[in-house]
Amino acid sequence: MSTTASNTSRSRGKAPGGERVADWADGRLGIYTLAKSNMRKIFPDHWSFMLGEVCLYSFLIIILTGVYLTLFFHPSMNEVQYHGSYVPLQGQLMSEAFNSTLHISFDVRGGLLIRQIHHWAAVVFIAGMFVHMMRVFFTGAFRKPREVNWLFGFLLFVLGMFTGFTGYSLPDDLLSGTGVRFMEGAILSVPIVGTYISFFLFGGEFPGGDFVARFYSIHILLLPGIMLGLVVGHLILVFYHKHTQFAGPGKTNNNVVGMPLLPVYMAKAGGFFFLVFGVIAFVAAIAQINPIWAIGPYRPDQVSTGAQPDWYMGMAEGLIRAMPGWEINLWGHTLVLGVFIPLVLFGVILVAIAAYPFIEAWVTGDKREHHILDRPRNAPTRTAFGVAWLTVYFVMLIGGGNDLFATHFHLSINAVTWFVRISYFVGPVIAFIVTKRICLGLQRRDKDKVLHGRETGTIKRLPHGEFIEVHEPLSQEQLHTLTAHDQYKPLQLGPAVDENGVERKVRATQKVRAKLSEAYFGEESQIAKPSVEEYKEITSGHGHH
Amino acid sequence: MKKLSARRRHPLAALVVLLLALACTGGLYAAFAPAEKAQADDTAQSLAIDEGKKLYTVGCASCHGTGGQGGSDGPSLVGVGAAAVDFQVSTGRMPAATSQGAQVPKKKNIYTRAQIDQLAAYIASLGAGPAVPTKEQYGPEGADIAKGGELFRTNCAQCHNFTGKGGALTKGKFAPSLTDVEPKHIYEAMQTGPQNMPSFPDTTLSEQNKKDIIAYLNAVNGDETENPGGLELGGLGPVSEGLFGWIFGLGTLIAVAVWVAARTAKAKKS
Repeated sequence: MSTTASNTSRSRGKAPGGERVADWADGRLGIYTLAKSNMRKIFPDHWSFMLGEVCLYSFLIIILTGVYLTLFFHPSMNEVQYHGSYVPLQGQLMSEAFNSTLHISFDVRGGLLIRQIHHWAAVVFIAGMFVHMMRVFFTGAFRKPREVNWLFGFLLFVLGMFTGFTGYSLPDDLLSGTGVRFMEGAILSVPIVGTYISFFLFGGEFPGGDFVARFYSIHILLLPGIMLGLVVGHLILVFYHKHTQFAGPGKTNNNVVGMPLLPVYMAKAGGFFFLVFGVIAFVAAIAQINPIWAIGPYRPDQVSTGAQPDWYMGMAEGLIRAMPGWEINLWGHTLVLGVFIPLVLFGVILVAIAAYPFIEAWVTGDKREHHILDRPRNAPTRTAFGVAWLTVYFVMLIGGGNDLFATHFHLSINAVTWFVRISYFVGPVIAFIVTKRICLGLQRRDKDKVLHGRETGTIKRLPHGEFIEVHEPLSQEQLHTLTAHDQYKPLQLGPAVDENGVERKVRATQKVRAKLSEAYFGEESQIAKPSVEEYKEITSGHGHH
Repeated sequence: MKKLSARRRHPLAALVVLLLALACTGGLYAAFAPAEKAQADDTAQSLAIDEGKKLYTVGCASCHGTGGQGGSDGPSLVGVGAAAVDFQVSTGRMPAATSQGAQVPKKKNIYTRAQIDQLAAYIASLGAGPAVPTKEQYGPEGADIAKGGELFRTNCAQCHNFTGKGGALTKGKFAPSLTDVEPKHIYEAMQTGPQNMPSFPDTTLSEQNKKDIIAYLNAVNGDETENPGGLELGGLGPVSEGLFGWIFGLGTLIAVAVWVAARTAKAKKS
């Protein structure tokens, strides 16, 4: 092993301390082999590749601050009378959970700051995951071999939403209690099993005396445990697959161009951790989040206006607020469609984005590995789908805050709700069409740039009086970057009859696939990139001018 | 007599009879109507009523009718009391503009204190109603803030938000923000239930309850309210927090990421 080698070579005098420690560790953990294969691991540089890091670091911050909060939080719904230092709640009856959260906020040293860092980090964490997911989506980084990692990431996003929701419910304040009631209502709307699930979850009738303790286990143990495992898996897969990169000179599907993990990337990533911590701590130091003392303790007979969940559950809130209150009464049973349909749609909207990579892979039938990222414009249908999905998502966020949109823009809440209802159907369609047109326009511009060069803005007058704009040919590197992407051909089903004139049997799924493929890659959906012949012909033509 | 009987079929005779009858009835009413109240009024009070009536005729009668009986554009003011007048006029809601939106908004008050009192006196003279509360009623002395908070969350928060930042009602109506609203006006609003607000007479919320609620609002949404933890972000809950988190939290982090990524180590030139 390496230890013996270094010992013999340094027979005179002792090796430096650091080296001896490293030797000790290597003899037991084999770190040299590990380091040799991973120290020079290359990571490409692009700001959007750091979005995942933002999530990772905010997750770490949440764990660190969360541990501190568990030291003081009492997950109990026993009723107590408040005697802390916040005057407007003196003598009020509240649960121990709410009481201990007030205690953390007012009487524990640094408690309020840690609480606010914890909560702000959660808001940023899930927002970061959302943006990270969109980066992966729009650049096609989810393609083979990264489909599993895409699903890991998606699961992290969904689990993050529910971890956030359970955490938001723990202080047992009026706002979160209303949120829990909302969730209970959604569960109750499930046909047949809804009541049973609700009774199982709350240990009886809502609110009961158990849910804070149960949500606590889920919030600090179950969900974060699963998430931690997924994060590790996610990172191992990133290492294993190596990072994707944007097309460029010298960058191929078989290499990674960037900086080595040690020392450059480690220093950068380590520094970035402190930057993330710093920004979140700064935000937490200047801005209040979830001021439970102002909101008051939860009582099922009270409610406040503006009762919204944290932003990541806003889509669910919007779906419920926009949905008309339909219900069906049959044989003494009620099916509350006004709540059940939004509940189903909530799942459908989330699954739609998660399943998209598999649908695209099926349509293209592409079994190759992809390590070079797409520019969004070069995959117009995917990009358009993504923007349509975002449109639905953000329309529903507007729906979730319809009352605040009404008061702050002096609108009627009914008008806002109708806008949301109509936009839910019309918005994504318009977004899809417009985005696709924009992508195609950008593709045309790229083609034009490759064939005719960059417009310099210099106007030249020719001897015979004609004015022309001088176009400057692109550099070889730019030409490569603009033409590096693959373009698929639409799937051909082949002739309808075989050589003997017998009708070929084509499966229905194949017909659907061919249709989709035509929609994806047909003449209407992509601009053929310039070929070498075209380029030669045009550039040689310029020479004869 | 002959002269009169000769004209008894004159076209205007009926009118003259009608006028006489009206004058008779009016005279009899004036003679027999319970006049004690009017007599008990001191001169200042009746003067105030007179002045108030003049102001009323100019500023209010076009909607509420010449005698406060109401019309198609405004409700009857008989029995609304001085408290309602003081609230509506002092906060500038009345007189309302002729073309209104869904709700009459708060605006600049155009009357002096004395004029408002005169108007209030006139309206109060139309029928018994709640009087303008005194400082002892809405002042902070002897109020239980915590109790007020509980009452506020039970009765007010569902429209006005948990610290009185306001909220939306149907079709463009809204529960206004209670920030910077004078304690007296909050008391009067509870007492009289202006516009879409239900009224909370003393039988529903006692005088002490109202005092508690006002003291609570002053504690959590007053000039001297401290905001532990920093900026309040409007006090509107998770929507503004989410917006802030996205823009200033994640937005800053993305800016930082762009900055870090732009400062990459350059390969050594050999």
